[in-house]
Amino acid sequence: MLILHCPYCGVDADETELHAGGEAHVKRYGPGSSDAEFESYLFVRENPKGVHFERWRHANGCGKWFHAARCTSTLEVFGTYSAQTTEPPQEIKDKISAKRPGWSWREFA
Amino acid sequence: MSEPVSALGGVTWADGIAQIAEIGPQGMITLRGDFDDPEFRVAVKNAVGLDMPGQRAVQMSGENTLCWMSPDELLVLCPYGDVAAMLAALTSALAGHHALAVNVSDARAVFRVTGPYAREIMAKLTPADLAPDAFKTGMFRRTRMAQVPAAFFLRETDSFEIVCFRSVAQYMFDLLKTAAQPGSEVGYF
Repeated sequence: MLILHCPYCGVDADETELHAGGEAHVKRYGPGSSDAEFESYLFVRENPKGVHFERWRHANGCGKWFHAARCTSTLEVFGTYSAQTTEPPQEIKDKISAKRPGWSWREFA
Repeated sequence: MSEPVSALGGVTWADGIAQIAEIGPQGMITLRGDFDDPEFRVAVKNAVGLDMPGQRAVQMSGENTLCWMSPDELLVLCPYGDVAAMLAALTSALAGHHALAVNVSDARAVFRVTGPYAREIMAKLTPADLAPDAFKTGMFRRTRMAQVPAAFFLRETDSFEIVCFRSVAQYMFDLLKTAAQPGSEVGYF
């Protein structure tokens, strides 16, 4: 079972306390954007095998949304971090680089 | 003024390995605000008479308890009759701040599980780590109990207090009774 550390309440919450919120760092394009940009916001997802960034909500807990970096093929969790950011913190990127050299995900690497 | 009625009318059960009781009506106030704001902390201290609890902890004194719900939410437990006065004190002290105080007394149900096997009964129902050295008196945890969200804390050794939504009170009571069936001791803790 997946166990994620909630960065808000500090609990190592198991999957049954959490609610998955899909892919992280999806950029919203609003009024004035092109059709292609809006399509990318609505539909285009990475869905990778390997390093992935997701949103999770500590639904049966403090109720806060947070981000998680993990590997979809091994279920290894690299770390979790605040939702108040538009890109993974350097510390998380370093942890991934140590274990998956040369990784990249969208514009992050 | 109508008489307050708790979800299950204060039902108790003691035929198993622990005493289970619905305690209530219990006064409850949800309080949201910026914990780092000194004025918020002072307002809470003055109105409730308790210091801010640490992360996932409660502050207890007399009939009032202050629970840490999330990084911006507190739950005040107080006698049912004191809610209006406390709410008024909080509202006036927090005027002009980005904060919220709401009476949620009738939206919730509160249970108490008491006895040497209380910890074991709780551990059967929740994924939270309840090992004696991981969950101690004065700690607070919001989690899941079987299929419903719940929050609980250890008021004193062998006495848990559980807060859940009023709509699932009967489910919670049945759940606790099932987990406390006679002969169901596991002896893990």
